[in-house]
Amino acid sequence: MGHDLILALREVSARYPAAPRDALAGVSLAVRNGEFVAVIGPNGSGKTTLLRVALGLLPPAAGTVEILGRPAGAWARRELARVVGVVAQREDNLFPQRVRETVLLGRYPHLSLWGAERPEDHAAVARALERCDAAALADRWIWTLSGGEYQRVRLARALAQEPRLLVLDEPTASLDVRHEMELFELVRGLVNRHALAAIMITHHVNLAARFADRVLLLDAGRAAAHGPAVEVLTRETVERVFAWPVAIEPFQGAPQMIPLRRPQP
Amino acid sequence: MALRWLALAGLALAALGLAVVLGPAHVSLADLWTSEIVRNLRVPRALLGFVVGGSLAVAGAGLQALVRNPLADPFLLGLSGGAGLGAVGAIALHVGGPWALPLAAFAGALAAMALVFRLGLVGGAELDPRVLLLSGVAVGAFAGAVTTAIVSLSEAAQLRNAFLWLWGGLSGASWDTLLVLCIYVPVPLLVLFAAARPLDLLALGEEPARYLGADVTHVKRRVYLAASLLTAAAVAVSGVIGFVGLMVPHLCRGVWGHQHRLLLPASFLGGGVLLVLADTAARVAVAPHELPVGIVTALIGVPLFAVLLRRWATT
Repeated sequence: MGHDLILALREVSARYPAAPRDALAGVSLAVRNGEFVAVIGPNGSGKTTLLRVALGLLPPAAGTVEILGRPAGAWARRELARVVGVVAQREDNLFPQRVRETVLLGRYPHLSLWGAERPEDHAAVARALERCDAAALADRWIWTLSGGEYQRVRLARALAQEPRLLVLDEPTASLDVRHEMELFELVRGLVNRHALAAIMITHHVNLAARFADRVLLLDAGRAAAHGPAVEVLTRETVERVFAWPVAIEPFQGAPQMIPLRRPQP
Repeated sequence: MALRWLALAGLALAALGLAVVLGPAHVSLADLWTSEIVRNLRVPRALLGFVVGGSLAVAGAGLQALVRNPLADPFLLGLSGGAGLGAVGAIALHVGGPWALPLAAFAGALAAMALVFRLGLVGGAELDPRVLLLSGVAVGAFAGAVTTAIVSLSEAAQLRNAFLWLWGGLSGASWDTLLVLCIYVPVPLLVLFAAARPLDLLALGEEPARYLGADVTHVKRRVYLAASLLTAAAVAVSGVIGFVGLMVPHLCRGVWGHQHRLLLPASFLGGGVLLVLADTAARVAVAPHELPVGIVTALIGVPLFAVLLRRWATT
């Protein structure tokens, strides 16, 4: 399998109605299969806007967004859901559901309007659960899962869509160390083994540096830096963007950020 | 699974049979096939009740998923207020003819639907279910106030008519009304059935539903309009019958789960059964008088619902 260009943003700007400034200004990003890109930046720097523009939910004010060579806005949602699987920041189930049922919802874009699930749909669900190490959870109720288990199940639902691109919006928020490491390892493994492309929005600067192929650092809607972590995470860039003094130390080949304490008055 | 459907179908037949056999006038079983009362009153009334109950239940199930609130009822969206205003307006203006009341109620419900829909379109494009719910309550309250004003200014006999009409009743049933309803109802019903899978996704929230491939903007509009059209037709032929649209989807979720592909057809049958039984009770309980069927559904529905709520709250 070659390195197909899955997602391409070129000089994209976006603005919300009645907002004083662009939420995104001249940002470019290309993601190919087998690539894991992390998007980091302070709160309000445009990370989620980037995701909305990339997924065709917000039309860009300038620049182009293409998924598999086709403008993001030109995709029907059903077609797009066969190519891109998303783990959104928030969701809440109105009705009680079992794990297998919620993962089965990932097959929706593959079903006909009236059709019942086919054997291949159930096979895809089993495969997705297996890959996310969640097969043992299949018959549990959603509300009995821990935070880490629930995120693995949601990732399995996105995989059941059999996408070529995975998009994850802060999937490790409020997870403990073990579960956040498990999730990063899982995403990295999926990208490596199945030649998926992945974009993850995250506040874990250090894990992004260790797991992602590239890091896009956003600052007030602009790309402050973009490239391998060693080039992006320099002390002066990180201090400027996050407005906090830091030290940058190498660990196993990746730069790691250590926030400094300010001297007490 | 098949057993549950068989049981429900059996229940439906039994309810319809009971509604035909029982009534204030005694008709012996031997005369059942020749009796005018049975042929021209009881049979169309039972069938009409079934279609109305089923429509209300399907509308309720769809709206509950749409506004993401399991306590939504088709009449929560202002339609009852609009229909009531239309009907009372027609009575106050002495508009005559057998179709005046249902048509006026239908027009009132459609006007309320259009107003609520417009208010619910945030930024002129996207239907916001929360705003929709609040607009429904507001429009309903306003229409209710105007209705009460008209009723308070009219004469006592008219007042009683209007009041009884608002509580619902199937006494106006005829083969003609049944025919009109059977031509009208399948379209919105099919629209809702076709939205079954997107409604499953919508239960996760609008954003996740979009990411899973649902055309959320259109699904919301279609479901709102179809459910409202069903409710408007129901209210036109039978007044405001509460609790069917709220309770039946809940009961059906307990048995069939929350997949709308199963839930919507089950709700139709369940709603039909419930309303036919309630109407039979309304006819027989205080014969020769007749209770408004909306009072019977409330008398059965409220305690049953309280029990269900308590059970769910503890599990």
